[in-house]
Amino acid sequence: MSKDKGKTKGKDIGTREQFEERVKRLGLSNDNLIDLYRTMCTVRHFEYMADRLYAAGKVHGTMHLSAGQEAVAAGISLAIHPDDYLINHHRGHGHFIAKGADINLMMAEFLGKDTGYNRGRGGSMHIADFQSNNLGANGIVGGGIPQAVGVGLALQMQKRKEICICIFGDGATNEGVFHEAMNMVALWKLPVLYICENNKYGMSMDVERAVAKLPIAQRADAYGIPWACVDGNDVVEVYDAMKIAADHVRSGKGPYFVEAITYRYFGHSKSDRNLYRSKEEIDDWKQNRDPIMRFTKHLLQSEILDESQAQKIDGQVEQVILKAMEFAEASPEPDISTLMEFVYA
Amino acid sequence: MPEISYLEAIRQALWQEMKRDERVFLLGEDIGRYGGAFGLTHDMLDEFGPERVRETPISEATIVATAIGASLLGMRPVAEIMFMDFVTLALDQIANQAAKMHFMFGGRTTVPIVIRMPGGSGSGAASQHSQSLESVLMHFPGLKVVNPSTPYDAKGLMLASIRDPNPVCFIEHKVLYKTKGEVPEGDYTIPIGIAEIKRAGRDITVVANNIMVMKTLNVAEKLSKDGIEVEVIDPRTLLPLDTETIINSVARTCRLLVVHEACLTGGWAGEVIACVVGSPAFDYIDAPVRRLGGKDIPIPYNRGLEKFAIPQEADIEQEIRALVEGKI
Ligand SMILES: Cc1ncc(C[n+]2csc(CCOP(=O)(O)OP(=O)(O)O)c2C)c(N)n1
Ligand SMILES: [Mg+2]
Repeated sequence: MSKDKGKTKGKDIGTREQFEERVKRLGLSNDNLIDLYRTMCTVRHFEYMADRLYAAGKVHGTMHLSAGQEAVAAGISLAIHPDDYLINHHRGHGHFIAKGADINLMMAEFLGKDTGYNRGRGGSMHIADFQSNNLGANGIVGGGIPQAVGVGLALQMQKRKEICICIFGDGATNEGVFHEAMNMVALWKLPVLYICENNKYGMSMDVERAVAKLPIAQRADAYGIPWACVDGNDVVEVYDAMKIAADHVRSGKGPYFVEAITYRYFGHSKSDRNLYRSKEEIDDWKQNRDPIMRFTKHLLQSEILDESQAQKIDGQVEQVILKAMEFAEASPEPDISTLMEFVYA
Repeated sequence: MPEISYLEAIRQALWQEMKRDERVFLLGEDIGRYGGAFGLTHDMLDEFGPERVRETPISEATIVATAIGASLLGMRPVAEIMFMDFVTLALDQIANQAAKMHFMFGGRTTVPIVIRMPGGSGSGAASQHSQSLESVLMHFPGLKVVNPSTPYDAKGLMLASIRDPNPVCFIEHKVLYKTKGEVPEGDYTIPIGIAEIKRAGRDITVVANNIMVMKTLNVAEKLSKDGIEVEVIDPRTLLPLDTETIINSVARTCRLLVVHEACLTGGWAGEVIACVVGSPAFDYIDAPVRRLGGKDIPIPYNRGLEKFAIPQEADIEQEIRALVEGKI
């Protein structure tokens, strides 16, 4: 983990020895590594399926896909506990999946079905699952950042050991509430792990044109919050940083801030002609820095998986997504007679 | 029954509920040693400690967001916005977040928070510290908007608001803080969403909120001597609005006037009138339905200007007389 970077390593993924030494230091088992791989593949397939469904005209509303950013979601989820709380943002499919969401219920919500997590009222941008302490995604950029203060405060007042993970994009850090929340969370030493997924753009706005001083994470210094900025396309590096951060937060030392540099492949949302970035740039990330490709190379090189095992996992995951799509498509729409439900408790 | 002020009534409700339910806590600016900008939380810090009387930095949006987040984990926060005007800084968290979470998440969570906010003019606080923004807050389904006019209602509605599973904006009035009334010492609630007929009368229905209730009641006493009997209704809750009580009243009195301090344009009087004229009570209406509201200007500082920016008793009296005597 280093403070100076704002880059991914790209093609140069390091040697087999370096990888194995690191994995050993972190105490990651082969099963852990294979789980990371499986999680990343699941997110990737989910997002491509979402795009396919959209292209087929089956999606009524909008979506924000996270293909290309899978290592962040996977790395976080291995570093936290299943009952930790999650406050998510609009580009949240990956984090939900990595935290163990039911893919069928997610897909059903995506298609606005009655069987979905939110009974079709929320859609892609608002998936929540209160049973698993997933407190929902937010359609207002930065909207969840201050809410994490309240979750952290309740955890502290209730003397609980869970922590709150709050994820948002680079763009969200320019909202005013970001400052309010960072100050309060530090002031009260709350158990909140803030994670900024810097995918280089907020819609079309390049982070270099939007943030006065990079890396974003250094802003945490102003509040006395420890921070790290990591290669978000290196799943082991993400895990490493998140583990240190989560352990710090859980030990009662207060908040932590991690920025993960990554890249999204699809457009910002359903409508995006990529006018703000070049094809060369997108291809470079896809061909040279892809988080799944890089991790697969390591797994093969270190003989944790062979080609056919890797393909088998990928195939299994694809089936899970296909089944979810079938479940969602076969599910009923919410009945119009229930329109007025859930306005008041 | 002991007589206490409107301010003390709210404080008593907070105090008693914090004793009864350890999930309840306060958060806001200067609510500790200072006791809040109006002294409403005085001595509560000593009784309940800094954890439960939690002073915050000047961060209105995050005060409300903190209440939301804590409520998702089972707490019952009561947040204070020092002046209602500052609610605009927290509006995203109220309008886009708190009001919508129960619905947007398919009924699978609730947001039981109370956001207290003193509004209204009359204290020389000028344009940015004197507004009556209740109509703004009425436009967000999922939110409840409560607005008591008496000490008795204030305590009962505060207890009901804290116990309500929905987000409640609890609107107080600065000028009412010192007004006194009988308030039971014990525990009681007033149901949210139920209006009260503060005075029965046969000639005209006047619907009014917060300080306008007091003013209208004064006018009603005066007019009674001239044989005009005014029925005064205080909705007490503006969202959801108890239209039934109002419609039934108009069907009896056949006349309607709505009075509020909030600016006339876009004010909730329009909502009340639309509900009544669209109801079967329309057939009984004998006079134009009218509204009196604050002038469509920012509240001025100067004492004289400030006074005439909002309806006065003379205005209310004149309107009622004109309607009852058929002069409009
Ligand atoms: C308050 C607010 N402003 C603007 C938008 C429109 N909008 C939605 S996502 C987005 C970009 C967000 O960028 P970032 O935080 O970096 O997240 P990313 O989409 O890159 O994952 C914008 C401008 C919004 N939803 N909410
Ligand atoms: Mg971004």
